[in-house]
Amino acid sequence: MKFEGTSSYIATEDLKVAVNAAITLERPIIVKGEPGTGKTMLAHEVAQSLGAEIITWHIKSTTKAQQGLYEYDAVTRLRDSQLGDEKVKDIKNYISKGKLWNAFESNKRPVLLIDEIDKADIEFPNDLLLELDKMEFFVYETGETIKAENRPIVIITSNNEKELPDAFLRRCFFHYIKFPDPETMEEIVNVHYPEIKKDLIQEAFKIFYDIREVPGIKKKPSTSELIDWLKLLMTDDVDAKILREKDPKKLIPPLHGALLKNEQDVHLFERLAFISRRENENLE
Amino acid sequence: MFINFFFDLKQASLPVSLKEYLMLMEAMNKRVVDSFNVNDFYYLSRSALVKDERYLDKFDRVFGHSFKGLENSEGETEKEIPEEWLKLMGQKYLTDEEKKMVESLGGWDKLMETLKQRLEEQKKRHQGGSKWIGTGGTSPFGAYGYNPEGIRIGQKESRNKKAVKVWDKREFSNLDGDIELGTRNIKVALRRLRKFAREGVETELDLDNTIKSTAHKGYIDVKMMPERRNKIKVLLFFDVGGSMDAHVKICEELFSAARTEFKHMEYFYYHNCLYDAVWKDNKRRYNENIKTWDLLHKYPSDYKVIFVGDAEMSPYEITYPGGSVEFWNEESGETWLTRLLNVYENAIWLNPIPERYWDRISSASIIKQIFSDRMFPLTIEGIDQAMRELNK
Repeated sequence: MKFEGTSSYIATEDLKVAVNAAITLERPIIVKGEPGTGKTMLAHEVAQSLGAEIITWHIKSTTKAQQGLYEYDAVTRLRDSQLGDEKVKDIKNYISKGKLWNAFESNKRPVLLIDEIDKADIEFPNDLLLELDKMEFFVYETGETIKAENRPIVIITSNNEKELPDAFLRRCFFHYIKFPDPETMEEIVNVHYPEIKKDLIQEAFKIFYDIREVPGIKKKPSTSELIDWLKLLMTDDVDAKILREKDPKKLIPPLHGALLKNEQDVHLFERLAFISRRENENLE
Repeated sequence: MFINFFFDLKQASLPVSLKEYLMLMEAMNKRVVDSFNVNDFYYLSRSALVKDERYLDKFDRVFGHSFKGLENSEGETEKEIPEEWLKLMGQKYLTDEEKKMVESLGGWDKLMETLKQRLEEQKKRHQGGSKWIGTGGTSPFGAYGYNPEGIRIGQKESRNKKAVKVWDKREFSNLDGDIELGTRNIKVALRRLRKFAREGVETELDLDNTIKSTAHKGYIDVKMMPERRNKIKVLLFFDVGGSMDAHVKICEELFSAARTEFKHMEYFYYHNCLYDAVWKDNKRRYNENIKTWDLLHKYPSDYKVIFVGDAEMSPYEITYPGGSVEFWNEESGETWLTRLLNVYENAIWLNPIPERYWDRISSASIIKQIFSDRMFPLTIEGIDQAMRELNK
């Protein structure tokens, strides 16, 4: 089993090494990076390229570690017992399996995506230490031990909202997705829109990387925003010439709503555009 | 070879553990990558040993040093400069005119390169002059001198605020038993301060009550109750500006940890000591301040009070009216602090300066006395103790 990237996902060399190490050593891999750099996508692509099933577990602030293992529905059982339901006799009927259980049961090695682990409570990763290390857990209600038949490939993403505990990190491989340089970015864009015009890319990239460089911008536009923006440019059939426009009145790029996602950033950008326009006029 | 690499990483104070090293060895054993390819090995070891993007740069440097014999710019030069060269010696004060005359060497790289050369050439301690490394001179290398593009070595504060790079180790990053303060650790310490209460929407099954009610009525009667929440309420006061600038980082960490940990938290800024007003926004401190009296009336006495500050000032700033360095205060800082302490029973002072220096700073001793000894160092252990104190 080796991950080599797919036709729809450009994986850099270091990312491939990290993923393959995690696959071979059967350990979780933590993927961090700016929002929109394809962290979640990675898991889907790994699954696709290995032909494995993908099981996703989206973490919210209220998610508890136990929910990933199983949940015992005592209330329903209590109610059923009142009605004399036959189901009551077997406790298994009231245990609902969590994502981890599903992954452990799978008869072919699946990919388990634990998405945005940093959203959960600060102790959440610690509660999963043993389960992810040994790939087994104990069900108290039935007294059985669930052990993974095929250790799943565990991919964990984090947006850095909370620091993860050291003990947890030590057991994982780690990869930080750097923001792609223009060359890699071009490959990525080509994967998404093979028919896009070369000159449009060039002009769009220039604007895109310029915006990212604007000091003090709150939310830097990322890969996924660039992809969206390019799509808009293509559907509106915006000509590369318009992007090249040096007319001071049109310094704000067309359809900028796809790139700048909050009001302050738009204001900031407008102000900077205004300043640079004034400077240009002075030069002339 | 790998063992040395591992120790190099340790030495560069990267948080690597044996477990991670063994993981790397296992990966090598299983031929995850071709072991003759340095690039692949680099990627693999990085992925196994570095767990935070903050350390990536440091890791790269150590890796380069260990495997290619490249210069490890940070660690290496630091070690090569004997400490005695850099002792605080004569200080040279230059006039503006002289400053202009000092020529910079041109470019950062060039500067580094020349530094290395000089280090090799130079064998003795040197002071003054304009070429050799030492103190008090006009050479671009060394401390306490002036050169617009100089590299500062072994000097606590920037005198001219112009050095390209500071190599000083900051003492407070590693207080108390080598525990590095991070927001995670602070959060865990802050958790000591909890008072749970159930209020609000009923979302959880109250098992005891359900059983009781069911037995009583003879049919299932499900009882619900609200979720348990931390009911603690906190007022945080931060000293800003002046001597606190050195502690900005740790204060930010404490602030961000406290904000996520406490649902009911209010924060205020003050300078040096509490007087008749505090403020919430440092940019608008002169226009939009809050009268301390209003504050004392607004927040009920079950709020817990945390002061953060180095308590380093002239004793007059605490004990005398008009002692403040910024304005004429009608009443002394001590009066205001006592007033506050009379309202809020649970109050503590967190001090970023290490505990062993407190006795030597008379203002800190005075404040400690006002707070009846409830002053704690701003370290994990200190926060831990402080929270226990607040819980009393």
